[in-house]
Amino acid sequence: MAGQVITITSGKGGVGKTTATANIGAALAGLGHKVVCIDADIGLRNLDVVLGLENRIVYDLVDVVEGRCKLRQAMIRDKRLETLFLIPAAQTRDKNAISPSDMQRVCDELRVDYDYIIVDSPAGIERGFRNAIAPADQVIVVTNPEVSAVRDADRIIGIVEAEEKGPAQLVINRINMDMVNKGDMLAAADVLELLAVDLIGIVPEDQAVLVSTNRGSPIAMDKKSKTGQAFRDIAERVTGKDVPFAPQDGENGFFGRISKLIRAGSN
Amino acid sequence: MPPDVHIKGIREGLLVSFDDGQWPELEVALINEIERQNDFLQGAKLILDVAQHEIGAADLGKLRDKFSDRGLSLWAILSTSEATRRTAQTLGFATRIHNIEGDGDLTEVSSEIEGSDATLIQRTLRSGSNLEHPGHVTVIGDVNPGAQIIAGGNVVVWGRLRGLVHAGAEGDEAAVVCALDLSPTQLRIAGYIAIPPEQRGEPKPEIAYVQDGKVLAEPWETVTHPSAQPV
Ligand SMILES: Nc1ncnc2c1ncn2[C@@H]1O[C@H](COP(=O)(O)OP(=O)(O)OP(=O)(O)O)[C@@H](O)[C@H]1O
Ligand SMILES: [Mg+2]
Repeated sequence: MAGQVITITSGKGGVGKTTATANIGAALAGLGHKVVCIDADIGLRNLDVVLGLENRIVYDLVDVVEGRCKLRQAMIRDKRLETLFLIPAAQTRDKNAISPSDMQRVCDELRVDYDYIIVDSPAGIERGFRNAIAPADQVIVVTNPEVSAVRDADRIIGIVEAEEKGPAQLVINRINMDMVNKGDMLAAADVLELLAVDLIGIVPEDQAVLVSTNRGSPIAMDKKSKTGQAFRDIAERVTGKDVPFAPQDGENGFFGRISKLIRAGSN
Repeated sequence: MPPDVHIKGIREGLLVSFDDGQWPELEVALINEIERQNDFLQGAKLILDVAQHEIGAADLGKLRDKFSDRGLSLWAILSTSEATRRTAQTLGFATRIHNIEGDGDLTEVSSEIEGSDATLIQRTLRSGSNLEHPGHVTVIGDVNPGAQIIAGGNVVVWGRLRGLVHAGAEGDEAAVVCALDLSPTQLRIAGYIAIPPEQRGEPKPEIAYVQDGKVLAEPWETVTHPSAQPV
């Protein structure tokens, strides 16, 4: 079967796309799949840092597109996971250096040998976003449980639908567990109600994400971490497995409500 | 011979239209024409009449970039194709231009203006959508925050109305807005503007209309306003 291209995007910046790309990529590789992560945020690359591979970069995506190197030469193998690769973005160029058809070509070449190609998109609806979305078989929209991020996610979901790349799937990142337990996190159930899309993951707010980012070691590799588990669950759902959402808060708690909403929304 | 491109100044900006031709060629001809006249066109707002051509979201987005690279901004797409208009609306483009006066052939160019009286939208209007219609608008679906509907006539939403809505946008004070859950960010009828209260009870079907210079809302079933018949 040809590999699947999954683009991770958002309307608002800084909601956790790069974090999600690195972690979903690492988790899929941890399951034994052959995975390539592509940093499509040209000019603002940072997926390499999150994966701890910055010092190995020789060639980048723009070099591939402009024919200065072969695709293989730009692929950096992860230090820990044998089947995880990164194609970094160029740091010194801008988004005009590549086009949607360039992205399509690169991804089509990768589909032959790899199971999943995860594209880290820049935020917004401009050219960089369209480059990232062009090759996608599936689009994952990341949001935070806050009004402005949800509004922008809604806009992106609409555009993804208009481009016939939909239906998008949603990751709600940075849920605050204390607020959830106090019952103050209804906002997240509202998120789903408003966006009316399939939920593919809920990731808690966790200081350890920052620590792991600084270390260049995605938290999904930490088998003991709950946040890592949230990303591993997303990876399993990407592969088509039906992984239930964590029920630890009881039927009427937040997750109880969420999973009801999902069931209500998915028939 | 390349197809002809017509660029004409109107109050809202530069109106671009084409002679017959196929879409990709027309686009190429347009870009060439713009490059040729670049000095004159700098900073202009473009209204593109694509007639019957069907243009997808990805292509419209690319077109917007091509214009902005050349110092022009594309803000409106006019089309007789329902699919093209819908895509343009989703991307936030205007799909009709207001106040076309005095210039006979322009009204012909803008197909929407002489279009049918009511339009039916069967999908959710998400943030950034921009639906403008000279007649009545009926939506079966939600209107999310950040979406807007501007209608010459009534607006009926069979769903949650949470975005911005303007009924009677050309001055018709008899226009009404109804929704199963009427919670717009802002509601306008003709020249009146209402901002609904922050705290609302259980959602219920409501109708809003203008009476004695005020925007009023009441439950949809006990309608007293004469124009509140289904559109
Ligand atoms: N679940 C989380 N808990 C705590 N911090 C997080 C979480 N997810 C992401 N962050 C932090 O949020 C910041 C932004 O994350 P990230 O760079 O992944 O966002 P992005 O969407 O890729 O941003 P950009 O739009 O700039 O590309 C980072 O400092 C990251 O460590
Ligand atoms: Mg990023």
